[in-house]
Amino acid sequence: MAPVDIQIGRGPNLDGALLGDTDPATQGGYPDHPPRMGFFTDTSVCIGCKACEVACKTWNAIPEDGLVFTGMSMDNSQGLGASTWRHVAFIEQRKPVAAQDPGVVHDQNVLELAGNPTAPGTNGDFRWLMASDVCKHCTHAACLDVCPTGSLFRTEFGTVVVQEDICNGCGYCIPACPYGVIDQRKEDGRAWKCTLCYDRLSVGQEPACAKACPTDSIQFGPLDELRERADARLARLHEAGVADARLYGRDPQDGVGGDGAFFLLLDEPEVYGLPPDPVVTTRDLPSMWKHVTVAAATLVGGALAAFVAGRRL
Amino acid sequence: MPTRDQIRKLLEQGHDYPAIARRLGMPSWIERWPVYRQLTGEDPLGRGAAAKSKHSTQLKARTETADKVVKSVCPFCAVGCGQNIYVKDEKVVQVEGDPDSPVSRGRLCPRGSSTMQLVTGSAREYQVLYRRPHGTEWERLPLDQAMDMIADRVIKTRREGWQWEAEGKRTRRTLGFASLGGATLDNEENYLIKKLFTALGAIQIENQARI
Amino acid sequence: MAECHPVGFQWVMEAKARGAKVIHVDPRFTRTSALADIHVPLRAGTDIAFLGGIVNYVLANDKYFRDYVVAYTNAGTILAEDFQDTEDLAGVFSGLDPDERTYDFHTWQYEGMEVQAASGHRDQEYQDKVGGKNGKGVRQSGRGESHGSGGVGISGVPQVDPTLEHPRCIFQVLKRHYARYTPEMVSDITGVPVDTFLQVCELLSENSGRERTSSFVYSVGWTQHTVGVQYIRTAAILQQLLGNIGRPGGGIMALRGHASIQGSTDIPTLFNLLPGYIPMPHAHSHEDLDSFIQGESPKKSYWAEMRAYTVSLLKAWWGPAATPDNDFCFDYLPRLTGSHSTYETVMAQLAGDCKGYFLMGENPAIGSANAKMQRLGMANLEWLVVRDFSLIESATWWKDSPEIESGELTTEDIGTEVFFLPAAAHTEKDGSFTNTQRMLQWHHQAVEPDGDARSDLWFTFHLGRIIREKLESSTDEMDRPILDLTWDYPTKSSPARPEIAEPEAEAVLAEINGWDAEGGPLSSYEQLNEDGSTVCGCWIYCGVYSNGINQAARRKPGIQQNWVAKEWGWAWPANRRILYNRASADPDGKPWSERKALVWWDEDKARWTGHDTPDFSATKSPHYVPPTNATGAEALAGIDPFVMQADGKSWLFVPAGLTDGPLPTHYEPQESPVPNLLYRQQRNPVRQITTMVHRNDRFQPSGDEPGAAVFPYVCSTYRIAEHHTAGGMSRFLPYLAELAPEFFCEVSPELAAERGLEHTGWATVITARGAIEARVLVTERMTPMTVHGRRLHHVGLPYHWGNNGLATGDPANELTHLSLDPNVHIQEVKALACDIQPGRRPRGRARDELVEQYQRRAGITEQTGTEV
Repeated sequence: MAPVDIQIGRGPNLDGALLGDTDPATQGGYPDHPPRMGFFTDTSVCIGCKACEVACKTWNAIPEDGLVFTGMSMDNSQGLGASTWRHVAFIEQRKPVAAQDPGVVHDQNVLELAGNPTAPGTNGDFRWLMASDVCKHCTHAACLDVCPTGSLFRTEFGTVVVQEDICNGCGYCIPACPYGVIDQRKEDGRAWKCTLCYDRLSVGQEPACAKACPTDSIQFGPLDELRERADARLARLHEAGVADARLYGRDPQDGVGGDGAFFLLLDEPEVYGLPPDPVVTTRDLPSMWKHVTVAAATLVGGALAAFVAGRRL
Repeated sequence: MPTRDQIRKLLEQGHDYPAIARRLGMPSWIERWPVYRQLTGEDPLGRGAAAKSKHSTQLKARTETADKVVKSVCPFCAVGCGQNIYVKDEKVVQVEGDPDSPVSRGRLCPRGSSTMQLVTGSAREYQVLYRRPHGTEWERLPLDQAMDMIADRVIKTRREGWQWEAEGKRTRRTLGFASLGGATLDNEENYLIKKLFTALGAIQIENQARI
Repeated sequence: MAECHPVGFQWVMEAKARGAKVIHVDPRFTRTSALADIHVPLRAGTDIAFLGGIVNYVLANDKYFRDYVVAYTNAGTILAEDFQDTEDLAGVFSGLDPDERTYDFHTWQYEGMEVQAASGHRDQEYQDKVGGKNGKGVRQSGRGESHGSGGVGISGVPQVDPTLEHPRCIFQVLKRHYARYTPEMVSDITGVPVDTFLQVCELLSENSGRERTSSFVYSVGWTQHTVGVQYIRTAAILQQLLGNIGRPGGGIMALRGHASIQGSTDIPTLFNLLPGYIPMPHAHSHEDLDSFIQGESPKKSYWAEMRAYTVSLLKAWWGPAATPDNDFCFDYLPRLTGSHSTYETVMAQLAGDCKGYFLMGENPAIGSANAKMQRLGMANLEWLVVRDFSLIESATWWKDSPEIESGELTTEDIGTEVFFLPAAAHTEKDGSFTNTQRMLQWHHQAVEPDGDARSDLWFTFHLGRIIREKLESSTDEMDRPILDLTWDYPTKSSPARPEIAEPEAEAVLAEINGWDAEGGPLSSYEQLNEDGSTVCGCWIYCGVYSNGINQAARRKPGIQQNWVAKEWGWAWPANRRILYNRASADPDGKPWSERKALVWWDEDKARWTGHDTPDFSATKSPHYVPPTNATGAEALAGIDPFVMQADGKSWLFVPAGLTDGPLPTHYEPQESPVPNLLYRQQRNPVRQITTMVHRNDRFQPSGDEPGAAVFPYVCSTYRIAEHHTAGGMSRFLPYLAELAPEFFCEVSPELAAERGLEHTGWATVITARGAIEARVLVTERMTPMTVHGRRLHHVGLPYHWGNNGLATGDPANELTHLSLDPNVHIQEVKALACDIQPGRRPRGRARDELVEQYQRRAGITEQTGTEV
């Protein structure tokens, strides 16, 4: 079954649902919903302690994810996956700590460096970037768009959550994610990712990672307030001469309609292992849907309603 | 209910959202939207409210359903971060930072965040183990018997290592047994250890503070 | 700090957000460096040269806070004529006895008087004060840890030159002592470029004075050296000169690594101390309580009340049996004869003198220096009791240690009887931890422990109970102290676990706090009496149970209090949050500046007041001048903020109390690839090495000595954010193990190239004690440096691992040795010399052969490295 077929069952009104700035909770059928909640991860104050990784695992009872020494600076978790929902990346760079200089080569291959001794006297400019990555809870979430079972759903907080009692492990969501976040757990075949602690949000508590974060690098709150906050922080950093600071995932007009979890970065997104220009993989759906709708209306109109009704069970 | 302007002002002053909620007397941010549970209406795409599963509907944070919350302190380093211990059916179900603490403001590091696993994890031993002299394996031993055997050994080695004098000066002590540890223990425990072992005449009482 | 105390680091980030500059001085580029404004990599083991250079800068450029220095330090005090400095004697001070490896401190004294150390090595003056033959300096005897320190004239009054011009005044002595610590010299020794060094000097001095303060933060990177105490002393000199002690935002913060490591120093499970830093008595002829007090305490300052503190402690321990007629059972206290530190205990185990060993939450089989010696000591015991959460290496060495693998030991031949008793967690017991700011916080029991797990309170109480029952009918005099001991704590049992009779922790806290003759809880150590009418288990904790309320359990939310947050927990002494805070005000009692106001004299109310509890007699006017013959606290003037010091001043120069000199001096570590560029004297002449000579603890040649080149690299052990100390509380947890699953070493790309080390491959690190293998992390965070004109590399060794648990690897402590700081007997594991080679280490006997081969190549004998 192709992902696009699944979308047919998702109802007729798609204005703003798949592209552009929109209110995902309203689109998700929550007319009287709380504000959209999200994360603002300010990597300029991250100390790479990994409290977020452990707090997340503790709260969500996530299994251990392999005992592997990677040699990737202090990162042995390697990336987000089914059993790692927060991941701290470490980037060692020969750049000054404060002022950024766009355009220089950012990536360093420590393996190569090992064979090429550093020239004496070049130790002054060096920095170690750390950034805690997480599911972006996209405004237009391809994982959700392609999920055939309704396991992935949009919550009243505008977040995107996999429901472990529904997921059948089909795996469509995995290639759909433009960030490579959602992943299947080998042990049970199901897809897992950050829920933005949906259970905690439902009782007015902040997500476990944000609560633990010692330096408030991970901030949680209503997305519009976080955006204001992030804009102010960015302005302060620019004033202070950190010209390379930028927000990532903050723009509602970007390829995923803005992220529910966005970031302040000190370098190009690629440096952190983030796609520079993520696009919802289902962006062509509206035109496809229109095309299909014609067919649906004439051929299978009744079946469509039955499918939607079935999902409510 | 606080106004949006109040909140914005605090944000501008650099407070984070949970801190603002506390400061404005809001037990939690959710209370700003009292209607949040009244989830009615339509879900035109069938991937929001309509897709919510039984499990998701019944989902309840275990911090919310706990029988009690016990005030505690992180057992790792000496920063002394506040911890809240959530207990349900006489079991620890969650350990989190205590936002009231002026030391830690609710935060915990990776070690502190692992406290739940430390106290409830499978690495913990719950049985006395005994290795007899020249033995090759552990054996089980009842706790009472172990305590009795240890007491006998303390009495014996204390006596064997006893010194009324050393180099002609009164020492009233034993070199027969020693103790190492205390930096991970409570003050009250250190007090009893020092008191008991000193009364037994032991002087080789040490802990990590030396190391 | 961001590595080992991340949550504490939030306050550094807060300060940074408000404009503070953060300077990180560390050989490695750590998580702390990543967030600092300046990272200063310096060669491990050279901090005194670095800090001494800043002292020189501050003095030479008149950057010191003169009003503070003149009023509150001993800068103007004039020294006796017979003091000779390291500048005069090629790197040693006057009074050195090279045969005994000790200093006679008598030539370090003030003009016209002698000074008593109020802590530190107080027993130094015992003979002088009590009388008897030979008042020469102490050997490595181990007196109180230097929390505060102080002194009083046995006779006379110090002569002070307030102009600081007298050639023998301490200020001028200090100037001469550090004059050669120039930026160029500092750079040559430490590897820090001159401009970076000067940048630090400028930032620090600019940020100190009336309006601003700077703070130092240190951890075991400063203590684990043969000159560790003098590292901290150098910072203290600097902070005194800059006026940064007793003021908000100032100070020297020790960040300690265990939940109650401060508490276990205050209520010491340490050989040389009694609770509240009262020294353990040393063996002296015919010593009674009077001579102990006379020998060990000053006559001025709060330490002058040591008799009241000591008698109240003896009453707490021996209750009705302690009477004025029997010296309050003072004779019941066992006596020291020199050092009995954990490392001497290992030697006593190897010698067969120490036959039984309790390990309570410690893992010396990998966590203590020279781990092999630790295991060999345990293999020579009759019995060992290990109390822990998991089966740590110290519990299982008899079947899986490297010595078993190599065949050096055979399980069947080891006679040690091992008891493993599972411990209860903090969630399963009531009790208090004392944090790194001296603050006690109570943790409440949440659940009952499972199975055989018990608290250490339970274990200790019932062990004592059983021993007392077994000895009940004894008439032997040696058993009197245990039979007369007060040991009747109430116990409680829950319906769920009726068999657990848990002692009431709060009843123990009540005894620590103390009570008066009527049994009412005391509220201050000022209430303690020397006639036996008061009971107090730890005088500095007196007040923690005032009014019968557990003050440590107070939890008024921080957001509802001011920044001092005095109603959260309870800090000793007397709930003061910043020590010596009278120094936050000028001599007249006014804050040095409004910005930095903390406590001040309220003229109208005639009392000290402010944000914090004043650390000063509340009604003593700043203009108070003591009568000539005053004693105790009365003898301190209104301008004497350092109330534990007998002269009320902070000490730039320490005339008594330290075993290795009155001023910090740069010495190279016990093992160093570099010669001492400042003095002919290579190492601390009185470092403690002679009490632990053993074939498994050989030292390496240093500097220009033949064979030193065999160990060309500096190595250092340390911790990372992912693990906790020797791993007993982290390597066994999946969530932490996966974050750092294997032992690794950190090397620079340049060193990797020099030795052919492959990133993520294996390396073998070798010293004269051992050979270990580690995965290689090649990183530019390790900075090669130029020292003494040559390229120098560090090998970084996080020390968390062992064979047990989920995250495993060789313990770094296989490499370390037993040379100790002579004041506090802490081992030098922060600066060693080593070699590193690509590939895995040999297995079994071949591993020992590799070490022996290195010893032969370097020409190592029993004498190597033991020169004075």
